[in-house]
Amino acid sequence: MTEGSGEPQGGAPVKQAPEAVAPAQLRVQRATLSSRIGLAVGVAVVVVLALGPLWALDSVLRTLISFLTLLALAQMWNLLAGYAGLVSIGQQAYVGLGAYALLLFADTLGLPLLVSVLVAGVVGTLVALPTALLAFRLRGGYFAIGTWVIAEVYRLVITNVSQLGGGSGLTLRAASAFDRTTRLFLTYELALAVGVGAVAVTYLLLRRRLGLALTAVRDSEQSAQSLGVPVFRAKLVAYLVAAFGCSLAGAVIYLNLLRVQPEAAFSVNWTAFMIFIVLIGGVGTIEGPIIGTIVFFVLQETLSGYGAWYLVLLGAVAVLVTLLARRGLWGLVADRTGWSLFPVQRRLEER
Amino acid sequence: MTWVNVVTQGILLGGLYALFATGLSLMFGVMRLVNLAHGDLSIVAAFLALAIVDGTGLNPLWTLLVVVPAMAGLGYLLQRGLLNFALRGDDPLPPVLVTFGLSIILQNLLLEVFSADSQGLDAGRVENASVRLSDGLAVGWFPLLTLVTAVAVLTGLQLLLSRTQLGRSFRATSDDPEAASLVGLDHRHVFAMATAIALATVAVAGLFLGVRTTFTPSIGPTRLIFAFEAVIIGGLGSIWGTLAGGLVLGVAQALGAQFSPGWGVLAGHLVFLAVLAFRPTGLLGRKVPA
Repeated sequence: MTEGSGEPQGGAPVKQAPEAVAPAQLRVQRATLSSRIGLAVGVAVVVVLALGPLWALDSVLRTLISFLTLLALAQMWNLLAGYAGLVSIGQQAYVGLGAYALLLFADTLGLPLLVSVLVAGVVGTLVALPTALLAFRLRGGYFAIGTWVIAEVYRLVITNVSQLGGGSGLTLRAASAFDRTTRLFLTYELALAVGVGAVAVTYLLLRRRLGLALTAVRDSEQSAQSLGVPVFRAKLVAYLVAAFGCSLAGAVIYLNLLRVQPEAAFSVNWTAFMIFIVLIGGVGTIEGPIIGTIVFFVLQETLSGYGAWYLVLLGAVAVLVTLLARRGLWGLVADRTGWSLFPVQRRLEER
Repeated sequence: MTWVNVVTQGILLGGLYALFATGLSLMFGVMRLVNLAHGDLSIVAAFLALAIVDGTGLNPLWTLLVVVPAMAGLGYLLQRGLLNFALRGDDPLPPVLVTFGLSIILQNLLLEVFSADSQGLDAGRVENASVRLSDGLAVGWFPLLTLVTAVAVLTGLQLLLSRTQLGRSFRATSDDPEAASLVGLDHRHVFAMATAIALATVAVAGLFLGVRTTFTPSIGPTRLIFAFEAVIIGGLGSIWGTLAGGLVLGVAQALGAQFSPGWGVLAGHLVFLAVLAFRPTGLLGRKVPA
């Protein structure tokens, strides 16, 4: 983007402070040294990951599949809560809908697996539209519970449809068309596409005009509204994008797990993990969910043996981070160093 | 006669939902805080009663004398020690995230202490006794007691809000916290008193739930959802709306379950969604949604 290069220059000369720089000598800049290095490292990491089937053990690939899909879910929740001010506790609706749409289109209707994954994302987005129109009538905490109730509605409806396996669920049969290794590689590359895609889409979205609108909504919804920012439309777009991302991720997660069961697919734990990851990494930053997912995986590997105490700890960390370190780990890093790997803000620089 | 019976049982069930919704409604009314740990706190109360019953052999209804003040005290401390900090500033995120975190903490603490086993509170004869009104229509004493208690609690709350000094401070702080503090009200204390009263009603609700049915550490969120639906169906900011919302939800669930066992809870959700779609201010709510 190159907007802002022609700052207003006409009119009577304004008396300026001696150290002020004339507008003509300024330009709008987004990239920083850290973001250029970050982009280079990021591209390298993605290339290395894309070649994963060549170097990684199957078990590593499986861990990376969960990592990348969780990263996608967290990034989508971050887009909702961190930018659009929509604290949803109902994103599990889309994980579940994505999983069941995959079952329906791949197994029942016999569409190719890859097409079915994509269609699962579309189905989630279509369901999200009426959902948003209802849920947007609620605000703050009531919006949070409202989205949760709507997720429960989808779970109960699917539980009552015996063709979809009812309460005990179904197994994805279409995947057995591939041998084990091919399926693993395919699922892995899809997970990589969803994980990297979620980061890239959020980044590109926030750099657009809509991103500016969302950032304004995040900072103060009322002020944004009074300045003519299309608040409702900005929120709706964020909600639909998040639904699309979570449905795709849900489809890929269950392409990996194969067994779909309504209790698990629509579990509020999906959203609890998204919240935890985003909070600890830093809400309202693109870097935050990436760091949060890494921390979450390390904690899970080391502490999950402690069972319920592990979840008590997660809850306590969520409370403490919210109250004491609102901007999470990336906030601490950015404050100290001024780094920005995904520059969405504009800065003025001297030519 | 079946339908009359189903609706009657639904109304009685609704009494319990109204009892659950009271605290949620009060806290939102006074400080615009939606407590996502509301349901889990009611389960904490039920387990507290269970521990006392196990220790002393008392009838669970007597444990109300201990559990209600204990939960009120917990509410005061919770508000002053934690929730007040989440309410600083206009940011809508912290209250949601802090109470959601609290919900996860409470559920898993209960799981560690009491295990995932199903528990129940045995209130003795009153639990199963019923009065026969006609052929095919019997009303259980305990569900009736629950409904009467719900009406009594809501009436008490109405009187407290309209007649007492504390009620006036609630209303003043709710209307304008800054103006209230100018005339000498400490909103931190006022909020904490509101949470104390809310958790006292939550304690009653949790205990009655424990007598009526079995409970586990993980059923808190379902209770939160029912309480929330009762509040929205009834209308935000209306005490009698909360009662109406609870009753409508109870009847909807009873009718749905009569239609097909899997549809009870779902029918309640659908009524909630219908109210949200067609009458977002609720049945008895103020004209302006809060």
